[in-house]
Amino acid sequence: MKKEKKRMSNFQDVLYRFSKNKVSLIGVAILVVLLLVIIFAEQISPYQYGIKNNVSERLQGPSAKHWFGTDGYGRDIFTRVIHGAKFTMIIALPATLFAQAFGAILGALAAFYTKYVDGILMRILDVFQAIPGTLLALAVVAALGTSLPNLVIAMMISRIPGAARSARAIMLLLVGKDDIEAARAYGSNDWQLITRHVMPNALGPIIVDLTINLSAITLQVSSLSYIGLGVQPPTPEWGVLLSEAREYMQIAPHTILFPGIAIMLTALAFNLIGDGLRDALDPRLRD
Amino acid sequence: MYKYILKRLLSMIFIVIGVAFVVFTIMEITPGDPAIMMLGDNASAEDISAFNEKFGLGKPFVVRFGNYILKLFTKFDFGTSWLTSRPVLSTLLDRIPITLNIAVSSIAFASLIGVSLGVLSAVKQYSPLDYVARVTAMIMAAIPVFWLGMMLAILFSLKLHLLPASGIGSWKHYILPMLTLGIPYSARILRSTRSYMLEAIRQDYIRTAKAKGIPEKRIIWRHAFANACLPVINTIGVYVGSLLGGAVVTETVFGCNGLGSFIINSVKRKDIPAVTGGTVFLAIIFSLILLLVDLLHASIDPRIKARYSKGGKK
Repeated sequence: MKKEKKRMSNFQDVLYRFSKNKVSLIGVAILVVLLLVIIFAEQISPYQYGIKNNVSERLQGPSAKHWFGTDGYGRDIFTRVIHGAKFTMIIALPATLFAQAFGAILGALAAFYTKYVDGILMRILDVFQAIPGTLLALAVVAALGTSLPNLVIAMMISRIPGAARSARAIMLLLVGKDDIEAARAYGSNDWQLITRHVMPNALGPIIVDLTINLSAITLQVSSLSYIGLGVQPPTPEWGVLLSEAREYMQIAPHTILFPGIAIMLTALAFNLIGDGLRDALDPRLRD
Repeated sequence: MYKYILKRLLSMIFIVIGVAFVVFTIMEITPGDPAIMMLGDNASAEDISAFNEKFGLGKPFVVRFGNYILKLFTKFDFGTSWLTSRPVLSTLLDRIPITLNIAVSSIAFASLIGVSLGVLSAVKQYSPLDYVARVTAMIMAAIPVFWLGMMLAILFSLKLHLLPASGIGSWKHYILPMLTLGIPYSARILRSTRSYMLEAIRQDYIRTAKAKGIPEKRIIWRHAFANACLPVINTIGVYVGSLLGGAVVTETVFGCNGLGSFIINSVKRKDIPAVTGGTVFLAIIFSLILLLVDLLHASIDPRIKARYSKGGKK
């Protein structure tokens, strides 16, 4: 019971320090807006769904009627940006969560069984990390196709090696500590050690890693769509919007401006939150 | 030292085989018969068997993979394109200079800007300059590379008419791709340089050096930066991988016919030998760069050099 209480106060401690960091609160604010936009997309967007063409109003600049202007098919860009949020997140969120979970399991195995498992796993990770993430994702998409679940799998596979490597580094630090040794001496088996002692302590740094990865995957999803190997048009994913806007770059730059800002703000929000959490967890910064 | 290099080159062979295996396996999942995919639904039975014969298809996975590795190491044969029947390597060699020019110039740009501003930002911690540098870096690190590319193209070529927006010709064509890829990575390098420098500045030997009355400039460069630059070089080495991935996308933005656009086009047309060859080729380049980074490490830090010479593990 006593231990439980201490962990709780530790958690509150981290939350308190995080909430004092104004810059990371900006990140939280952006994320809240993003979530609201995803949930209430139908209610916020002025036009239905935004995949209906309206050639008579094509490539108009921003106005009171079309806040972000219209694209090459006369579709309202504001509507499309709003609906785009959910497509980016529907890929980025599960891909990151699964990658991080697999990474944590692999990292724990490597950190615990240093004799054989660690060596073999590290060699396999070396192989995967010799392939740039974008390229690995491209190869998986080439093989599987570009449906949403396949994109999630592609993104996940491209991130597992990095996630496993950092989880291993985090857990190696923990495994050597006295409290783990004490628990082992007390008679805990490996499973208990991993689930009750290592994982709870590793959770903080892993969440930091997760937020940073979320930002990277958000960028990666949109760039795959941009080169035509991600979400396919007319689905209003942000990368698709930019890919379609490319041919109007010269005559209608506004078609490029807004979807890009949306991607940037999302990636920025995750980075800000990740940074804030890292500072809040870092014992050296405690006063 | 030579022993170490030899050891690393040997492990590179393992990595190349591993990468080829991974890509081979992924491509194996591709649904559909390659011959029908390439020749169309109406292809005759003879054409299909001729295609399978020509590219050694129809044999079991292990045999095909074994042949591939054998040819790769004995003849530097990266396979033959299904589409053009041209050896993949010759296309790769045609295109790699463009990709390398883009990648190397942007790494140089990113390192120069990132490291110098990062050091400055750490030395003048909490100054207005530090704040501006950090906020800008924060935003720049979140910018999608291809979007930055398009924005720069709009500004510098469509509005100001200073630089060409696409294609490859003179050195002017390389400026926009270099900035596109260099700016986001300089932001990332700035952020890590700053934090490593701050950590170095906090150490006891810096206080000692200050107490001894060594001039500030010398303390910053000879004492703090000399120690911070190892992890910084490491970070840059790790970024090279994702930067190569970014180069693939950047080439699309500026319509350069480099390695990246070759791989993307091959993916779109399901030209599997070309995708495999291109990926393995890029992985080899990346591994060589990582080896260079480690050697650079050793040449800077005598402690690491001593460890390598003893034959110890890294």
